[in-house]
Amino acid sequence: MSDTTFVPAPPLDYLHDGATLKSWLLTTDHKRIAILFGLSITFFFFIGAVAISIVRLELLTPAGDLVSDDTYNKMFTIHGIVMVWFFLIPSIPATFGNFLLPLMIGAKDLAFPRINLLSWYLYIGGAAFTVLTLILGGVDTGWTFYTPYSTMFSNSSVLTAAMGIFVVGFSSVLTGVNFIATTHMLRAPGMTWFRMPLFVWAMYATSLVMVLATPVLAMTLLLIMAERWFDLPIFDASRGGDPLLFQHLFWFYSHPAVYIMVLPAMGVASEILTCFARRRLFGYSFMVYALVAIAVIGFFVWGHHMFVSGQSAYANVVFSFLSFMVAVPSAIKVFNWTATLYRGSISFDAPMLYIFGFMGLFTIGGLTGLFLATVPIDIHVTDTYFVVAHFHYIMVGGSVSAFFGALHFWWPKITGKLYPERLARFAAITMFVGFNLTFFPQFVMGYLGMPRRYHVYPPEFQVYHVLSTCGAAVLGVAYILPLFYLIWSFRNGARASSNPWNAKGLEWQTPSPPPHENFLTPPIVEQPYDYQPADIAGGRDAR
Amino acid sequence: MDDRLKRIWLCPLLTWLALCGLLTATCAVAYVPLGVANFPISLCIAAIKAALVGLIFMRLFENNALNRLAAVAGPIWVFVMLVLMGADYFTR
Amino acid sequence: MSTAFLHPPFDTLERQHQAVSFGVWLFLVSEVLLFSGLFAGYGVYRELFPAGFLAAGRHTDIVFGTANTAILMSSSFTIAVAGRAARADLGRMAWWLLVVTFGLGVLFLVLKGFEYREDIANHLLPAPAFAVPVPGAQIFFSYYWIMTSVHAVHVTCGLIAVGRLIVISRNNLAWLSGSASEDATALYWHLVDVIWIVLYPLLYLVGRAHG
Repeated sequence: MSDTTFVPAPPLDYLHDGATLKSWLLTTDHKRIAILFGLSITFFFFIGAVAISIVRLELLTPAGDLVSDDTYNKMFTIHGIVMVWFFLIPSIPATFGNFLLPLMIGAKDLAFPRINLLSWYLYIGGAAFTVLTLILGGVDTGWTFYTPYSTMFSNSSVLTAAMGIFVVGFSSVLTGVNFIATTHMLRAPGMTWFRMPLFVWAMYATSLVMVLATPVLAMTLLLIMAERWFDLPIFDASRGGDPLLFQHLFWFYSHPAVYIMVLPAMGVASEILTCFARRRLFGYSFMVYALVAIAVIGFFVWGHHMFVSGQSAYANVVFSFLSFMVAVPSAIKVFNWTATLYRGSISFDAPMLYIFGFMGLFTIGGLTGLFLATVPIDIHVTDTYFVVAHFHYIMVGGSVSAFFGALHFWWPKITGKLYPERLARFAAITMFVGFNLTFFPQFVMGYLGMPRRYHVYPPEFQVYHVLSTCGAAVLGVAYILPLFYLIWSFRNGARASSNPWNAKGLEWQTPSPPPHENFLTPPIVEQPYDYQPADIAGGRDAR
Repeated sequence: MDDRLKRIWLCPLLTWLALCGLLTATCAVAYVPLGVANFPISLCIAAIKAALVGLIFMRLFENNALNRLAAVAGPIWVFVMLVLMGADYFTR
Repeated sequence: MSTAFLHPPFDTLERQHQAVSFGVWLFLVSEVLLFSGLFAGYGVYRELFPAGFLAAGRHTDIVFGTANTAILMSSSFTIAVAGRAARADLGRMAWWLLVVTFGLGVLFLVLKGFEYREDIANHLLPAPAFAVPVPGAQIFFSYYWIMTSVHAVHVTCGLIAVGRLIVISRNNLAWLSGSASEDATALYWHLVDVIWIVLYPLLYLVGRAHG
């Protein structure tokens, strides 16, 4: 017979709780803001990709026959600016950090929801300046804006480009403030510091760097603008200025910035690895200390970008030594991830494939960093493709792989849908193959002397460039494929349960997608990564 | 009422008087030819003034370990920047 | 304190106030690092051009500079007492102290305006007709103009924040004690004062003892 007991409808999930444009553009829900960021960075990823496609097409032949010198310079500059500031830096923190941080600590939202929305609008403001730069003809200084070219001799839109980065920097700072305050103030009862998932620790460490480093970039850009716009001598050597001062200030931010780009990826790796190996994280406390150590020591090494700039030999030695030091905590993390796999029950789902890619490629990139930290080697390979390959192995092989891993791992939670697993595995493997085909030849040709930022080169390098461009095409496929099947999944995919991976972590204790206030019932805080029974040897340290 | 007013006004007033005194001192000392010592002395006095504002006006003196930690982090990072930049400029 | 001031995601007003206070401090740390970009450059150039800095420093107006330092310090005093008054539920006293703070801040900017006018008339903008022909003097003044104008922008933002407090609490004095806004604004204002306390010896006390 019909049941007349009134059962209230379950609350709408955050995606459907309000369907107007206004409810999205004025939202203070961290989950919606995460989506806003996610869509924005995806758009800019493709702009950066188009720019570098033009570069790689030009490099198929030794002659400069596709685009002019100026256009070529503008292409690699816009690629760098867009990929660094409008994709990589916000990528994991502003999308997954925003979405997951409150869920993982059992909070209802970030500490300052309206500031969070402001962060997104600042991103859009900075993005608007960048688009304006493109419309006005682009900027050709390289993403590094070295003086005196950027302040005195470039005829491109330096001011609008600098303004765009200046504005988006504040987006970063406010996100960092929000994350730090949230972690200190809004952990659920029982969620002590050493029970937090590594991803939360990674967001915390990243946020420290964002808050401390970004303002120095802001000031450096302001100084460029002051010199260019008001003719105030700062870096102008003819009036006593020191161009190296620019480099010191720029790299004081930009080296820690690379840790903003990699620490979140490390956090993602710890989450995914433990789940798909069904093991506790090996050496949890050391993993935490390593994250913080990388964040802190990362501030002491910037001079390794300036070994041949004219800074003193003494400074070279100091920065070289400190750069070796910063590799140690990273190595500890790689060892601990590997140890986590030992005696695990490993499944090769797409997120795990991406993380395996991350581990291998990050390790290669990291090891080549040691070569670069060695002054005598750096003198030979600086400003060659060796450096280009090094940082792409870490930022693309590392961070972007982890981003895609995160995208697949938390896709069911974010959208409530399942993605097609076999297609995803294919995309992951394609990405790994395409990536190596693109960038490994660059290590070789860099070592052999191919300079970076050149579009005309001696014919003996052509074979490497052709391999690299073919690899880039394969990579392109690997990036576009998820775009299609994830959109398909969002519209037609199977419904996801609250915990399709049977993972540990508070975010899996709530429905997929979560309701607006995150938890219907207060979450139960357990030991982190409680994947294996306590009596199995090898995982005794997680407290 | 008197007691409440005293609690509200006394400590900030004393701090403000100290700040004015230090301002007079630093201005006066600037005119005394002390060679290379002028600059460090004026910076030290500025540091003391900043500390007074921070500890009393900004209430770091009260039971607030987290805010104190944040407050010292700033100057420490500035120090790191200056020292490591000095590693280049002082050894050229 | 009414729970009307409580915002999600916080469960208690005390926690919310703690979080706002800590959040503002984190932002202040970022502001310190912003100015440190200027301090570092100043330090480098002072080291490279000691004579130029000494020669140039003598040309800043110590009367304007010292007066402005005193004004800002006093405004810090008044806003500090305002906060204490608000927390003791003396809303009217707090409100008037905020008005005085606002007035002192405006006075700072007005004096700065007059000072800039005088500086330009004295050819202290780095340009071909620059007044001090010693190497490095122009760079000193680059830093003078940039440091003081960036600081002035911060004073302006602070005035907007203080003005907001005055306007909102005009007919709602209880808001000053219940909301965390007053605390946040005061912390920012104090930072603006501290930055100026550091800028003062860098820009106004250079080269005074030499002739």
